[in-house]
Amino acid sequence: MSNHLSSLIRAVDDADSSALLLEAVQNIADACLEGAIPTLIAALGYNNPGAAVAAVDGLVKLGEPAVAALMEQLDHHNYTARAWAIRALAGIGDPRGLITLLGAATADFSLSVRRAAARGLGTMKWHWFPDDLREIAQAEVLDALLFVAQQDEEWVVRYSAVVGLQSLAVAIAHTHPDWRSQIQSQFEQMATNDESWAVRAGFAWPNSNCRPAQPLCHLMRFTITPQAHRRSTGS
Amino acid sequence: MQNNVDEPQGSLSAKPTMNGESLTIEQAIANLQGEDLGLRVYAAWWLGRFRVGEPGAVNLLIAALEDNADRTEAGGYPLRRNAARALGKLSDRRAVPALIRCLECSDFYVREAAAQSLEMLGDSTSIPALVDLLQNNIPGTLPAPEPPYLAQPYDAILEALGTLNATAAIALIPPFLNHAIPRIQYAAARALYQLTTDPQEASQYGNRLIDALSVDDLQLRRSALADLGAIGYLPAAEAIAETLAENSLKLIALKGLLEKQLQQTIPPNLSEGACRVIALMDELL
Repeated sequence: MSNHLSSLIRAVDDADSSALLLEAVQNIADACLEGAIPTLIAALGYNNPGAAVAAVDGLVKLGEPAVAALMEQLDHHNYTARAWAIRALAGIGDPRGLITLLGAATADFSLSVRRAAARGLGTMKWHWFPDDLREIAQAEVLDALLFVAQQDEEWVVRYSAVVGLQSLAVAIAHTHPDWRSQIQSQFEQMATNDESWAVRAGFAWPNSNCRPAQPLCHLMRFTITPQAHRRSTGS
Repeated sequence: MQNNVDEPQGSLSAKPTMNGESLTIEQAIANLQGEDLGLRVYAAWWLGRFRVGEPGAVNLLIAALEDNADRTEAGGYPLRRNAARALGKLSDRRAVPALIRCLECSDFYVREAAAQSLEMLGDSTSIPALVDLLQNNIPGTLPAPEPPYLAQPYDAILEALGTLNATAAIALIPPFLNHAIPRIQYAAARALYQLTTDPQEASQYGNRLIDALSVDDLQLRRSALADLGAIGYLPAAEAIAETLAENSLKLIALKGLLEKQLQQTIPPNLSEGACRVIALMDELL
C-alpha cells in the first residue's frame, strides 16, 4: 500500500469530529484510488451525511472496480448505509448491479433505498450490457419502474420512478418507440388518476424548460392541487 | 417541530394489512374502546397514522382527549397525547373545541400535540388560546418533565401562530428569536416570516433559517430544513440542497418550496423558481 493511501486511510480512522471525518473522507474520495474502496464503503455507515455524500461520489468516480465490493457489503441492517450504497451502485450503473437495484426499487423496506434505486434504474450504463441481454434488462426496468411509479406509497419514491422512466424513455426512444408510448400514456394516466395520492403529482406536456437536454424534457411532474397541503409526509 | 419523518421505524411503516401485528380499522376502533390501556394508546396512534377519518373514529378520539384512566407516574396522559396527535391528521374540524381545551391540560406533551394539531387543522378560532399559552398565562399547566423543563411548548405554539396567520400576535414573537433553545428561535423566525407582510423585512427571517442550515448540530440543521420547507422560502433552495443532512429531509424541504411556487402559477406553467427546485430535487434522489 502506498504511503499516500495509508496516510489518507489513517486520517479517516483518526478523525474524532464530524468535520474532520468529512474532510478526511473527502480527501480519500478525491484521490480516486482503488485501494480506498473499503474505506469509502465503510464511510457510508458512519451516520455522517456529508461524509457519505463524499464517499458515494468517490465510489461513483471509481466506477466499475467498486461494484463487486459494494454488492458484497450491502448492509442489510443499517438502512442508511444501504441507501448510500445503492446510490453508489445506481450512480455507477454497472449491469451487475441491475438485479440488486430491481429488488431494492420494488421491495426494500426503506424509502431512501427505493428512491435511490428507482432513479438509478433509469440511468444504467446500457452500453455496458451484452447485446443479447440489453433489451431484456430494459424490459425488466420498464416493468419495475411503471410498477413503482403507480404503487409506491411514498411520494418521493414515485417521483424518483418518474425521473427514472424519463431517462429510460430517452435511452429506448429509437429502439423501442412502443415502450416510449407506454411511458407517455402512463404519465398521462398519472396526471389525472391520482385520487389517493398523498402528493397530487401530475404530468403536463408543454412549456417547461426544466430539462432542455432531454427529448422528454417537456414533461412536467407536478401540478399539485391545494389538497397537497394536507400534511402527507409526516407520520 | 413538525414531524417530517424520514425513515419510519418498525411498525410505522407497516401498511394496515401487511402483517399479523397490524390492525384493521374495526379492530382499532374496538381497541380504542377496550380495557387494555396499551392497546388503546396504540389504537389512537394507529388511527392517525392511517388517516382513518370516519366520524365514529373521530368521535372516539375526541372523547379520548378527556381520558383519565391512562396516567403516567409523573401524571402525564399518554392516551390524550396520541389522540390529540391523531386528530391533527384527520382533517375533521369538529375536534377543534376539544383540542383548544387541551391547551389547558397540565401535561406539557398534550399541550404540544394539541398546538401542532390545531395548526394542521388550520382553524383560526384557536388563536386566542394559543396566544394565552405563549404568554404562559394558563394556570395549572406543568412544565416539561425533562430538561430544560420548558414551561410551554413554545416551538409548537409559534409554528401554529405563523401557519394560522395570527398577525395580531406578531408583537409577542420577536423575544423568542433570542430564546436559549435554538429550535425555538427557528420557530420564531419561521412564524415571523409568515406573519410579516413586507417581503424585504420578511426575508431577514428566512435568511436567519438559511444560516441555521450550517450550524454544527445535525439535529438543528434538520430543524431548519423542516422550517424552510414549511415556509417555502425560495432563496433557500441551493442552501438546502447543499446542507449536510439526509437527502430525504432535503427533498421534503424542497418539496415545500416547490409547492409554494406552484401556487403562484397555473399548471402546466412553471415558474423559473419551480424549475430550479425540480433540478435540485433530481440531483438528490
